[in-house]
Parts: sequence; structure tokens; C-alpha cells
Amino acid sequence: MTQPILELRNVRASYGSIEVLHGVNLSVGRGEVVALLGPNGAGKSTMIKVVSGLLRPTSGQLMIGGRDVTGAAANALARAGLCTIPEGRGIFPNLTVRENLLMATYSGHKLSDIEESTYSRFPRLSERRTQLAGTMSGGEQQMLSLARALATDPVILLLDELSMGLAPLIVAELYQQVAAIAAEGVSVVVVEQFARTVLGVADQAVLLAHGKVQVAGKASEIGEDVLAGAYLGS
Amino acid sequence: MQELLTFTIIGLSTGAIYAVVASGLVVTYTTSGIFNLAHGATGMLAAFTYWQLRFDWDLPAPLALFITLFVLCPIFGLVTERFVMRGLQGTSEVVKLSVTVALFAFMIGLANWIWPSDSSREAFLKFYEGNKVSIFGINISWHKLITFGCAILVAIVLRLLLYRTRMGVAMRAVVDDRALTELNGGRPDRVAMFAWALSAMLAGLAGVLLAGEQQLNIEPLVLLVINAYAAAIIGRLKNLPMTFAGAAVLGLLDAYYLQFSDNSWFPQSIMGFGISGMRASIPTIVLFIALIARPQTRLRAGIVRIREHNKVPAWSTSIMGAVALIAIVVAISGMLTRSNTLLLLNGFTFAIVALSLVPLTGYAGQMSLAPLTFAGLGAIAMSKLPGDGNFFTLIVAIVIVALVGALVALPAIRLSGIYLALSTAAFAVLVTKLVFNQKQTFMSGNISVPVLDVPFFEINTPRGRLILASIAFSVLGLGVVAIRRSRLGRRLIALKDSPAAAATLGMSLTRTKLAAFAISAGIAACAGALAGDKVSPQQYDFTQSLPIVLLTVVGGVGTVGGALFGGLMLGGNSVLASVVPTLKNVTKILPGTIGVTLGRNPSGAASQIADAYRSLANRWNLLAFAAAGGIVIWILDAKYVISHWAFFIGGVFWILAVTPNLVGIMQAPRNRQIIASVYLAIGVIIAISVDWDNAVDSTGKRLIALVLLIALFGVGAQRVAENAPRIHRSSPDVIGLTTDFTDEELDRAERELGVVL
Ligand SMILES: Nc1ncnc2c1ncn2[C@@H]1O[C@H](COP(=O)(O)OP(=O)(O)O)[C@@H](O)[C@H]1O
Ligand SMILES: [Mg+2]
Repeated sequence: MTQPILELRNVRASYGSIEVLHGVNLSVGRGEVVALLGPNGAGKSTMIKVVSGLLRPTSGQLMIGGRDVTGAAANALARAGLCTIPEGRGIFPNLTVRENLLMATYSGHKLSDIEESTYSRFPRLSERRTQLAGTMSGGEQQMLSLARALATDPVILLLDELSMGLAPLIVAELYQQVAAIAAEGVSVVVVEQFARTVLGVADQAVLLAHGKVQVAGKASEIGEDVLAGAYLGS
Repeated sequence: MQELLTFTIIGLSTGAIYAVVASGLVVTYTTSGIFNLAHGATGMLAAFTYWQLRFDWDLPAPLALFITLFVLCPIFGLVTERFVMRGLQGTSEVVKLSVTVALFAFMIGLANWIWPSDSSREAFLKFYEGNKVSIFGINISWHKLITFGCAILVAIVLRLLLYRTRMGVAMRAVVDDRALTELNGGRPDRVAMFAWALSAMLAGLAGVLLAGEQQLNIEPLVLLVINAYAAAIIGRLKNLPMTFAGAAVLGLLDAYYLQFSDNSWFPQSIMGFGISGMRASIPTIVLFIALIARPQTRLRAGIVRIREHNKVPAWSTSIMGAVALIAIVVAISGMLTRSNTLLLLNGFTFAIVALSLVPLTGYAGQMSLAPLTFAGLGAIAMSKLPGDGNFFTLIVAIVIVALVGALVALPAIRLSGIYLALSTAAFAVLVTKLVFNQKQTFMSGNISVPVLDVPFFEINTPRGRLILASIAFSVLGLGVVAIRRSRLGRRLIALKDSPAAAATLGMSLTRTKLAAFAISAGIAACAGALAGDKVSPQQYDFTQSLPIVLLTVVGGVGTVGGALFGGLMLGGNSVLASVVPTLKNVTKILPGTIGVTLGRNPSGAASQIADAYRSLANRWNLLAFAAAGGIVIWILDAKYVISHWAFFIGGVFWILAVTPNLVGIMQAPRNRQIIASVYLAIGVIIAISVDWDNAVDSTGKRLIALVLLIALFGVGAQRVAENAPRIHRSSPDVIGLTTDFTDEELDRAERELGVVL
């Protein structure tokens, strides 16, 4: 078996004195799409924060590409090819669309390339390039945040609740793009509260509740009853 | 007409300088959320540096300018960000402000040290001195033209930078969402360093330009920043074009006032009050208006405030502490020389002023930069009211000043955080400029405050006044404890913890805030009213308030012990200056240096010391022990048992190595306790018994020895005591404010509480 590209080993994390993750393990293979599911407050976003480097685990290890990167700065991980679209809207509301794309150039790509890639995929954004990103519709904002993932050619992509507050049609459109990214061989971790949105594109599913991994397995094998049980806190 | 045009040009060129300063303030405030009160002081230091290079060392002007503005200023900014400001993320505004106050105090001290005011520095020339051009028949000096040019250049460069470069866009991105900037691969730390470097350059440029217009003096250059505050507030601390417009308006107001006041019909006084301080007050008045006219920020965009872990003080320990304090003062005051008594008295006066901050800033979380102003008003009231030291006069004076405090708070009531702090600063400056210089107040520069008339006791001696001050502090301190334990105290805490929740529960924010201000002003008034001696307006100057605020925050503004610590520390500083004249200069920068470390990495030595002091503040027994030890060392010196150098080294060792370790040692297991105590005791004995004057031949070597002693014994003892279970240390953030609520969390909380707005 090949080495996983991303691995969490017995990670604990806390906010102040309150521990939120009580030793979680996760292993993502190259090119794999992992769905991270769980009820509200389970610790999914916290896990994403740990992986992206924004939150330092209190114990345990974060391995990327076989190297121990526990405690590495988020910006260093980002430049190394870890692309995170955080919860909420992953955009700068008071910057224009174009300036948002300019921020993506820290990944080492040229602005012109990023713009071309983005506008060809989302022509709607092209019309709004000088508009403040915060004044766009929710769907457009989420397109803009996905654009960073699409244009900067990451090795690993982390998505936290892409669908939050969006119409189903738009969600479907966004997940088509995610599937396209995955098809290029990018390893993806997708966080969703509601499984149905995402199980279609995922290879593996991990169910998190109360800061612990409850179930992990092939996405196709996780049944409705397991999910329902976990959400009801059994 | 011609004249009007001339003054317009003069006004605009003044405004150009304000604009440059204000834009620097905006740059750092927006990128790091820190309002840099020391910004003007940076410009002042830059102007002095330029003078040094250009006129003292005779470098050519372009080279001197280049070194000042493009080498030293950016380095200064980088260092400030890296070592002072970076640690401030997630701390409360009180701490942030205090640190910039510290920086301010540090820089003024440094300038006073390096360039003492007696040496003549008239040689500061304008650029192209004497050259003029004529535009529309008006003569304009090249210097003014250059000033204009610089402002325009700054505007253009900032615009291009912020909108056309990735660094500039990243600066704005950090403001929007710091975490997301990181997730994009940007480095917020570098962005912040860049912003601080840029800001220091802007301050430096303004300082050099202004020094050419005025003289090279510390105070006007520093207070320049007040004018810039006004401009920056007009620009809502973020909008640069508005800031520039505000600066122009201020410059014009100043120039037109100058023009009109030159006319013969212009009154010298209004209703008997002189208005000579009016011109200098204009920016402050504009600042006040701009602050009050700010649109109200929504209350619910609130913040999670973690409760300060100061325990509610118990009556028994408080009363014991008060009695012990008075007893100690009575006991030692008999042994002190007259001048030392006066110095200690000074410390207690400061401590009372510091105490006035406890209910207001410590409990209610409202920052005031004007505590001494109220003390000054108290002194005036006491000396002008009939009764000549009568106890009732004192009460009336306190009540009057408390009412003034509430009155001042009234317009500022909807402000909070930095805006409130600035409005109190504006008030302090206005009072200094417009009230303290009236013939009805400090007529000849000095007034006599009558000694309090206490039956059966003769207190018209320094010793009597010292004992009175310690009694006053103790009584007022108990009063503050009583407030904390009362319903009002809980309201004050609620005001700090969560204004929104407090309001939802039906509490009147306005009344609570007014009460806090009135109480605070009343306590401060006591400090002035009990002066019992000649006092001068300089004692109550705005700039003198800053070290008090600073050291009280360092000591722990949430406790009475913290106030005592802050006041005595400030008093102790002047003790140090008078006992060891060679260290006079060090004492100038000491409060600033201590305060600056508030923001250091929590593991940094000095902030650990501050931490240790803060945990000490609740423990009267340890505090008494620490004070007693310090006093013993002092007495040894006063009685010529040990030399001044041994006093200094022993005293600093006691303060920096022994006292901070007390809490840790108390909590260590028995055997470690003994080892650590013995270890420290050896250190103390070495510090005070070595014949420093003769054994070590230079000041530098003695200071090195001191540092080594502290490192060896202080840190050593800490290591020994280390394995003890740690007590809960409050963060450097005394007020205790951590992360922002997201809007979403607020919504959720509101839904769950059923208070959907
Ligand atoms: N910044 C924070 N400070 C304190 N507690 C937090 C913070 N963010 C999240 N939490 C807590 O951590 C737990 C897990 O949150 P989160 O990871 O956001 O869950 P999820 O994304 O699965 O809904 C929750 O109980 C939440 O209240
Ligand atoms: Mg979440």
C-alpha cells in the first residue's frame, strides 16, 4: 500500500482549556476523496483548522506526504500546495474579485494564469472582476473561493461546508467542479453536515461526533442507518 | 483677499503635515488593530535623529534624510512590530493602548536622555531656507512647497501601494480575514512588519517637515499626533481620502484662527476666561466632535470576554491589608529623611490616582487617559472652596469633581474602547490648555492646597501627610472593595464582560457608565485635594497621566493591590532617580520599558515578572513581605549601612528576581521551597553586601553584574520552584478579552436564547 498523502495520528486539539478533538485519526491516500461527516459541533471545522495549520494540535501528529509537519505555519503549508476553503465564504469581502485572485498568487502562480483559469470556468466572475467580492451573491462568492482551488493546482484540497446556505442547484454545480478537481488526481477532504450532498463523489467517508471518529469506511458502505444513528447521538 | 489666500496656503501646508502623520496612524490601525499613541513620538525621534545627522554631524541633507527616513525609521518600525506589537494579538484594547502608551513614554524618555533640553539646537533649518517662490503674488517658502509635495506624493504612493501591489492588497486582506490570508499563503506577520515600517517612515517624514516649521522641541512634536488623531478619526480610522480631507480642514482652521485672532476686535477673553490656549485646543475640540459624531457601532457586534480571574476580594483580607499598610507606613516613616518621605508620599498620591482606575478600567473595562486631570481639578476645588482644609470642603470638592466626571462622560457615553480613551485624552488636553492656565485656577503657576484639618493631629509635616495619604489610600481602597462586592460592582463587571447581555437584561448602560466615571473622578480628586502643599499645573498634565495608566495596567488594574503597585512603582522610579543620580536617565525610560514588555511573548522574562506581580496582587501576605523587603533595603541605604550602588543593585534584584518568584515558591513542594529560598537569599546577600562602589570600577560593569545576578539567582530559583503545580496565571490581557464572536455564532446564540433581534 502506498503512503498516505495526509495523515492525522491521534490528534487532540483544544480552544483554551476546552478540548474539542479527543484523539482523531485520519488517513487520506493520494487522489482519494474523503468525506468528513458529522453533526453540528462535532469538531469537523476544528479538524480542518488543524490540518491547514491554523490550529496547533495539543498532542498527536500531522503528516503530509510522509513528513511530520505538526506545528508548521498555515501559510507555509498553503504555499506547499495545501489549499483550504474554510467554513463560511473563503473570500475577502472588501477586496475586489481581481484582488482576491491576486491573493491567490502567493501559491506561486501568475495572476494572468489564475484569472484566465477562473474566468473561463466561471464566466460570471469575469463580469464582476472589479466588484467587491462581499457584494456578490452567495453562489458567486463560493465560486470565487473554489476558483482558488481550481487555478492554483494544489496537492491537497480541504473544503469546509461548501454547500452552506446555498441553493441545491448551485451546490450541484459546485460539486461538479470538485469532482473535476478530484479527477485530476488531487486529494480532497470534503466536510459536509449532510451526507447526501457529498457521498456521491467520495471514496471514503469518516464520521465524526463528539470530537472522535465514530465510523470510517468506504463511502459506498456507509448506510443511512449508521449516519442517522450518529446524528442522533446514539 | 490676499491675506486670506496667504493663510489658506499656510493652513493647507500645516494640514499636509497632519495628513502625513494621520495616514501613518491609519496604516497601522487598519492592519493590526492597534492605535499607536506613540506615533507622534516616532516622528519626534526621527526629527531629532535627522538634526543629529544633518546639523551636529554635518552630513549632507540628502544623505541624512535617506538614513533617517529610509533606514532608521523602517528599522524602528520593524523592531516595534516584531518585539512589541506582535504579542498583542487577541488582547484587549486596554492592553494594546497601554503598550503604545509605554512606547510613547519610552521614546520621550529616550529623547530627553539623548538630547537634554538644555543643549541648544537652534540650528534646525528648513529645506532650502530662505528660498521663496511667488504664486498669485503670494510668497511661499520652498519648505512649504516641499511639504505640499510630500503630502501629495504620500497620497499617490499609498493609493498605488494599497491597490496596485500584492503587499498593499495583502495589507487590506489581513484586515478582512487574517486566517484566510494565511490559507492563501500570505504571511500576515510580514505584512504587519511592512505596515509598521511604512508607518514609522510616514511619522518620520512628518516629524522632519514639522521640525523645520517649528522648533525642535519634544512636546509640540509629540502632541502633533493629537491633531493627527482628529484627522484619522474623521477618516473613521480607515478611510485615507477622508483622513486627508480632515487634515486639510484642521490645518485651515488653525490658520484662519491665527488670522482672525490677530485682529484688534478679537477678544482676549470670554466672560473673564482667557482664551490664549484656544488655538492649540482647536484640533482637540475637532477630535472631540469627530468622536462624538461617529455613528454608533452596533452593540451586538460584541466580543467574547473571558472573565478576569481576579477573585472578589474578601473583607477580612482587605481590612487586614489596609491596616497592615497603614502600620507599615507609620513605622517606617519615622526613620525616613524628609526628602525620602516626600518621595514616598508622591508614590501614595500616584497610588490613589491609580486606584481611581480600578472601578472604571479594571471593573467596567472603560479606558481613561485622564486620571490626573481629575486630580488637578480636585486640587483646584480644594484650594478655591472656602473652609481652608475643612473635612466638609474635602467632601464638597470630591462631589464637585465627581459630577464633572459624570458630565464629561455624558457625551462620550456611547463610545468605547479606543474612541472612549481618545475622548478622555481630548478632555485632558482641553483642561490643561483651557482651564489650568486661567488666572482663576493656577493663577501664578502654583496654588496652595490647604492641609486637611484633622482634629488632635498635626499633619502639616511631610510625615503627617504621608500617613494621611496611606490612610486615604486604605480607606478608598476599602471603598473600592465595597463597590466590587455590591450590586453596582456586579453591574460594572457586566458592563465589561458583555454590554449586550447586560443591556438585554434590562440594565441601564448609561447610568452604570456614568456611575463608574463619577466614582473614578471622585477618587482621583481625593489625590489632588489631599496634596496639602503647593501644586503646579505641570503635575496634572495629560502626559503625566500616561505613566500612571501604564503602570496600573502592568500592576493589574482589576485589583486594589495592582493600583498600589502601579503608584508605588511610579513613585519608586523617582526615588531611584533621586537616590542614584547616575541612573536618572535610566529612570526616564524605565516605566516605558516595563510597559512595552506587556505585549512580549508570554514566556518573555519581563512579562512573566508582570504576570507574577499580577498573581501577587491578590496575596496580601506575599505583597507585604515583598514591600517589607524593599523597605528594609531602602532603610539600610538611608542609614548608610550600604552604599547607593548596593541599594540600587539590591533593590532591582529584589524587584526583578525575588518578588516575582514568591508565588512560585509558595506553591512548590517543601524541599524545593527551602532550596529556592536559600538560593534567593544568597543572591540578595551578594547584591547588597558587595562593595560595588570600590570593587567594580564602572557603571557598565556594575549593570552587567546586576543582570548576571538576576539571571543566575532569579532564573535559577524559578527553575527550582518550577515543578510546582502552576497557579492559574491571567494572561497579559488584564481585562481578558480573547476571540471575536463570528456573526454566525452570535446568531446561533441569540436564537438559542430566544432573543432574535
Ligand atoms: N474559536 C472557538 N473557540 C472556542 N470554542 C470553539 C471555537 N470554534 C469551535 N469551538 C467549539 O468546538 C466544538 C467543535 O466546533 P467545530 O469544529 O466548529 O464543529 P463543526 O464544524 O463540526 O460544526 C464546538 O463545541 C464549538 O463550540
Ligand atoms: Mg463547521
